[in-house]
Amino acid sequence: MLKKRDDFEDILEERRTSSDLRYALRCYTPVLYKGVTPCKTSVLKSMVLQSDQLHYVINQVSKESGRAADDVREEASAILEEMAHSLQLSTVRFFAFMLSKVFKTLFRSICVNEEGIQRLQQAIQEHPVVLLPSHRSYMDFLLMSYILYTYDVALPVIAAGMDFMGMKFVGEMLRMSGAFFIRRSFGGDKLYWSVFSEYVKTMLKNGYAPVEFFLEGTRSRTSKSLTPKLGLLNIVMDPFLKGEVFDVNVVPVSISYERILEESLYARELLGVPKPKESTSGLFKARKVLSEDYGSIHVYFGQPVSVRSLAEGRVNRCQFNLVPRHIPRRPSEEIQSFVNDSAYRLVRAQEENMVLKPWVLLASLLLQNHHQNRAAGQKPGMALDELTTQAVWLRDVSRQYGAFLHWPDHTSPSEVVSSGLSLHRALVRVCEGRVQLAVEQGVYLTVTPEEELLSQAVVVLSCASYRNQMLHVFVRPALLASAIHIASSNQKQEVFNSFSFLRNMFSSEFILCPGATVQDFEEACYLLVKTGVLQVTQQEVLVTERGHRTLAFLTSMLDPFLQGYQVRETFSVSEDTETLTEKQFIPAVRKVSLCFSVCTSTLHRTLLRYAEVLSSDLQKNALAALQRLGAVRKIKGYVGFHHPCVPGWLD
Amino acid sequence: LHGCAPVWLEIMKWNGWGYSDSRFLFNKKGQAEFTGKRYRLSGMIIPGLKDWFEGTFGANLQHKTPPTPLLTNTAVPPATLNEAFVEEVKSTGIPFSHDAEDRVFRAHGHCLHEIFALREGKIGRVPDMVVWPSCHNDVVKIVQLACKHNVCLMPYGGGTSVSSALECPPEETRSIVSLDTSQMNRILWIDEKNLTAHVEAGIVGQDLERLLNESGYCTGHEPDSMEFSSLGGWVATRASGMKKNIYGNIEDLVVHIKMVTPQGVIEKSCQGPRMSTGPDIHHFIMGSEGTLGVVTEVTMKIRPMPEYQKYGSVVFPNFEQGVACLREVAKQRCAPASIRLMDNEQFKFGHALKPQVSSIFTSFLDGLKKFYITKFKGFDPNHLCVATLLFEGNREKVLQHEKQVYDIAAKFGGLAAGEDNGQRGYMLTFVIAYLRDLGMDYYVIGESFETSVPWDRVLDICRNVKARIIRECKDKGVQFPPLSTCRVTQTYDAGACVYFYFAFNYRGLSDPVHVYEQVEHAAREEILANGGSLSHHHGVGKLRKEWMRDTISNVGMGMLKSVKDYVDPNNIFGNRNLL
Repeated sequence: MLKKRDDFEDILEERRTSSDLRYALRCYTPVLYKGVTPCKTSVLKSMVLQSDQLHYVINQVSKESGRAADDVREEASAILEEMAHSLQLSTVRFFAFMLSKVFKTLFRSICVNEEGIQRLQQAIQEHPVVLLPSHRSYMDFLLMSYILYTYDVALPVIAAGMDFMGMKFVGEMLRMSGAFFIRRSFGGDKLYWSVFSEYVKTMLKNGYAPVEFFLEGTRSRTSKSLTPKLGLLNIVMDPFLKGEVFDVNVVPVSISYERILEESLYARELLGVPKPKESTSGLFKARKVLSEDYGSIHVYFGQPVSVRSLAEGRVNRCQFNLVPRHIPRRPSEEIQSFVNDSAYRLVRAQEENMVLKPWVLLASLLLQNHHQNRAAGQKPGMALDELTTQAVWLRDVSRQYGAFLHWPDHTSPSEVVSSGLSLHRALVRVCEGRVQLAVEQGVYLTVTPEEELLSQAVVVLSCASYRNQMLHVFVRPALLASAIHIASSNQKQEVFNSFSFLRNMFSSEFILCPGATVQDFEEACYLLVKTGVLQVTQQEVLVTERGHRTLAFLTSMLDPFLQGYQVRETFSVSEDTETLTEKQFIPAVRKVSLCFSVCTSTLHRTLLRYAEVLSSDLQKNALAALQRLGAVRKIKGYVGFHHPCVPGWLD
Repeated sequence: LHGCAPVWLEIMKWNGWGYSDSRFLFNKKGQAEFTGKRYRLSGMIIPGLKDWFEGTFGANLQHKTPPTPLLTNTAVPPATLNEAFVEEVKSTGIPFSHDAEDRVFRAHGHCLHEIFALREGKIGRVPDMVVWPSCHNDVVKIVQLACKHNVCLMPYGGGTSVSSALECPPEETRSIVSLDTSQMNRILWIDEKNLTAHVEAGIVGQDLERLLNESGYCTGHEPDSMEFSSLGGWVATRASGMKKNIYGNIEDLVVHIKMVTPQGVIEKSCQGPRMSTGPDIHHFIMGSEGTLGVVTEVTMKIRPMPEYQKYGSVVFPNFEQGVACLREVAKQRCAPASIRLMDNEQFKFGHALKPQVSSIFTSFLDGLKKFYITKFKGFDPNHLCVATLLFEGNREKVLQHEKQVYDIAAKFGGLAAGEDNGQRGYMLTFVIAYLRDLGMDYYVIGESFETSVPWDRVLDICRNVKARIIRECKDKGVQFPPLSTCRVTQTYDAGACVYFYFAFNYRGLSDPVHVYEQVEHAAREEILANGGSLSHHHGVGKLRKEWMRDTISNVGMGMLKSVKDYVDPNNIFGNRNLL
C-alpha cells in the first residue's frame, strides 16, 4: 500500500532570495505539444466558429427555431466572446510578480514535486494534456499557473465558473491569465453546449495549451473530495474516443493546504450563512487574511494517466463508425459509465497524493475526544501529553494505511504537536496542560442559544474539515469497522451486507466508485488484516486482541456521519409534511436540528452531539442517500417521504 | 511424377519473394545492388540504401541472419495420401505430384510468419499432393473425385496471398490436395464487339496483359502482385488494381464467372452487362477465398491499349495538405488512372532507393530541385510528402487532365515534381517485396497491410495506426524504433484505401515473429477502432477471421455460413478461410 512518492522542492525559497521583478520578466519559453506554435485567440475563435460541429448545430438550431442561420451564428459568436480566454504573457508576468509577494507573506513554503513537473513536461510534448487539480481554495488556479510559469511549463487554459465575471476587473485579469468562463448551468442550450465543447476540444486537440479544470466542479467546503462532475471530462475524452488524437494525458494534481484561507468562511457557508457574492471590493476586504500565517502548501503533480489505457478493453470505439463524428450525440451508456469510473479513479489519484500535516491527526483526535466527552458529560479537552501519545499512535497507523503524511522525523513529537496547535490557534485552546476545541469561550459575542450553538459549530466544522483530509485513507476500513459493529454476527456474508448497505448510503458522502463494492470490501479487509486488526477466514471476520483500538478509532471516525444521516431519518419521521420543495428542505432540517439541540429533551441533545449534523453538505448527501435507498422521492423539485422511513439500522 | 510446372519452380524462390535471379544484396563494398535483368532497377547500384537502412533500423551489415539455404526433405512431413483418390486421379490422366518441394511451394503465401518459417527451414502442415488440371473439365473431375473420397481441396493460383489463406489447417485430418490452376492459363476468346475476353482463371496477371496487348487490348487490372497473382485469385479475394480509377476493381471488370463447386457448376445464363435477378451470385463467389469451389473461367471486360501514358508527381509541404488535395481530386471525380500519396517516411524511403546517377549533370539537377523545394519554397524535408500520378488515354486528353490535377494540387500548396519521381514511386511497389527479403538477411522484419476508410477519417487513422505501431513495438520490447509509414493508394467518392508499412530490427528479441504478430494485431484493432475496414483488397483468410463477426454482424455471418453449408456441406474446400 505504501507508494513511492517524489520529493518536494520549495519554490518560495528562491523567491525569498532573488528579485521578484527579474523573475516576472524572465525569459519564458515553454515547449508545446509536438512543437506547435501557440495560437492567437482570434484564430482560435474562428477555428471554433468554422468547425463542422458548430456548423451543424447552428443549422439545426436555425431550422428548429425558425431563426436565420446568420442570427444563430451571431449568437454563437457572442457566446464564444463571453467564454474565451485571452491569455497574455504580460498579465501572467504581472500575476507572477504580485503572487510572489502575496505568497511569501501568506505561506511558509510552496512545495512542488519536481519529478512530477518533469513528467508533465514530457507528457505535454507527447500528447494533449488535461490538468486536474483538486479544489479547496480560490487560490488553486492561480497557484497552478504560477507554478507552471515558474518551471517553464506551458500555461494552461482554465475552465472557470461564470460567477467570477461578477468581479469586472478581476474577471478580465483572470481571463488574460488563461481562464475561460462557463455558465454554471446551461442544461438544454444546445448552442451553448456546442460552442463550449468545440472550444475546449479545439484547444485540446491541437495541443495549443493544456486544459485545466476542476473535476469536483466547485471548491470543496469540507475538504472531502466531491463527487466528480462528468461534463468536461466527457468533452476532453471525446477527441480520443473519436480517434481525433492518439491519446490524451490526464494529470491529477493534489494541492494540500496546511491551513485553508477560506477556513471559517466555508464553515459558515455550510451552516447556511450565505456565500458572499464574489466582488472586487470583497476581495480587498479579504486583505486582513494577509497578516496571518497559513503554513505551507504542497502541490503534487501525479502520474499522467493515459485515456487510451483507461479505455483499453472498456470502450468499443467502433461505435462512432456509423455516424459522422461532428454530429453531436448523447454518449452511450458504455461511455457514460466509462467516464464515470475514470472520474472516480482520477479523484482517488488526487486524494492519494494529498499531503497530510500532523495537525490533521490532531484535529481527528480532538474531535473524537470532544464528542465522547460531550456524550459522557466529562471535562472538556484532553491532556497535552495524552494527545501527543495518541498522535504518535495515529501517525503510525495512518502510515500503515498508506497516508502521505508529512511528519517531521527529526523533531520530537511534542514539538510537532505544539507547532501544529499553534498554527491553528483559532480552533484550539491550550490551558493548564489541556487541549480543547475553542468552542466554550464563545469566539463570537452571542445572544441567543441558537447563535451560540452556531458559533460553536463553526469551530467544529472547521476542525472537521481538517479531519476530513484523512478520510480517504481510512474510509474503506472505517466502513468495514462500522459494518462489523452493526452486523448481527461475525459471518463474513453478514458483515459484507452491512458494509454494502453503509457504502451505498455513503456513496455521495465519500469517493466510492459505483459498482466497486466487492473491490472496496476486499481492499478494506486486506488493509485491516495486514495491520493485524482482523482475521478474515472463508466464513468469518474476527477482531484480534490488539485490533480493538484501531477499530474503535475507525468507527468513531464515521460516527458523525452516521449520526447526521440518522437525524435526517428522524426528521423525516417527525416532520409530518408530505412534501417540501427541495430548496426549503435543507433549511427546514437545519431548523429542526437546531431546535432539537437547543431546547427540548435530553434525548435529542445526546442524539445531536455532533455539530456536524448542521452541515448543509452532509444534509444534501443524506437526502441523496435516502432517495437512493427509496425512502424519499423527489418529484420535480419536491421532496416526498415514504413511511415508514429507513430500516432501523442504528437502533 | 514431378510436377508439370517445373519451370515456375526453378525460376522462383522457394523461401522469399519473386524470381530467383532478382534480389537485393549488399556487395563487398557495402553498397546495395539489385541483381538480375528483369526490372528497371536490375543491375544497378543504390548508394543511399545502406545509410537509410542502417539509420532507419539501427541495423548493422555485420549482423546477418541468412536463411537456411536448401530445403531438406526430412523437414517435410510425409504425405497422407488417400489411395483410392490417387488411383482415380491417375486414371483421368491429370498430372499430379507428391514431391516434397512441390508441396512445400504451395503450402504458403507471403505473410511474414510464413516466409520467416521457411527461411528457418521450419515446415508445418503442407498439402499431401498437388494436382494440375489444365481445363474446366479437369477441375470438374477432380472436385467430383474429392467429394467421392472425402479429400480436402485447396485451390492455389499465384501463391501471393498475405492473409494466411494458403496455410493448411493443422487440424485437418483428411488428405489435403492443392489444386494448382497454373496450367489453365489460356485466353479462350476475345470478343471485340463487346470488348470482352474469356480467360481461364489460372492465368497470371503479367501473362494476361501481355497476351491481350498482342491483340491491342488490356484489362487494365494491375494489382501490385500482378507479376505472380492469378485471375482466379483476384476473383476469390475481391482484388483491386492500381488503375481502378479508369478500369475499375475486379467486381467492375468481371462479366461472367464459372466456378466448380461440390454441388456442381455455378454460372449465369447470359452476359448482360447488368441484371436485376436477385442478389448477384457473383458476389457469393467474389471474396469466397476458395471456400466454395474453384473459379475456372472468367469473362472480363477489355479495353484498347492506351495510346499515351504519363507519370507525374507532386510535392506537398505536409501530409495533411496532400490528403486534402486527394480528397478534392476525388470530389471533382478527376482522379488519374492512379494517384498515390506517400507520407514523409516513405518519401525518404523512396529517396534512398534512387539508383546511382550516371552523369554529374543529373546529380546537379537533383541538387537544384532539392534546393528549390526546401530552401526556396520552404518545405520542411521532415514533413513534405509526395503524390505519384499516372495518366492514361489519348495524348491530348492526358495533357488536359494533367493540367487539371496539377491546378488542384497547387491550391493545396503542391508543386509538380517531375515524371521521374512518379515513375520511381510505381517501380517501388514491385521491388518492395524483394526489399523485405534483404531486411530479413539483417534482423529486420516487416509487412504491409491495408484498409479502406471514409475521407474524414483518413488523417486520423494514418496518425493513430502509425503511433500505435510505434507504441506497441516499444511495449513489446523491440529495442529499436520501428519504421511505421503509410500511403493513400486509392481514392473513391466516399473514402480512400490506405496502406501501412511497418518493419523493425528484431535483435535482442527471442520470438520476433510473435512480437511482430502482436503488433500487427494491435494495428488492426486500431484500424477498426478508427473506422477503417478489415480489408480493402487483401481479403480475410485465416489471419483476420477473428474480426469477421464484428465486421459483418451475426446475421451476415449466418448468411455466409448457410451458403457454405449448401454449396459445400462436407467442407471439401476446407481451407477454413473467412468464416
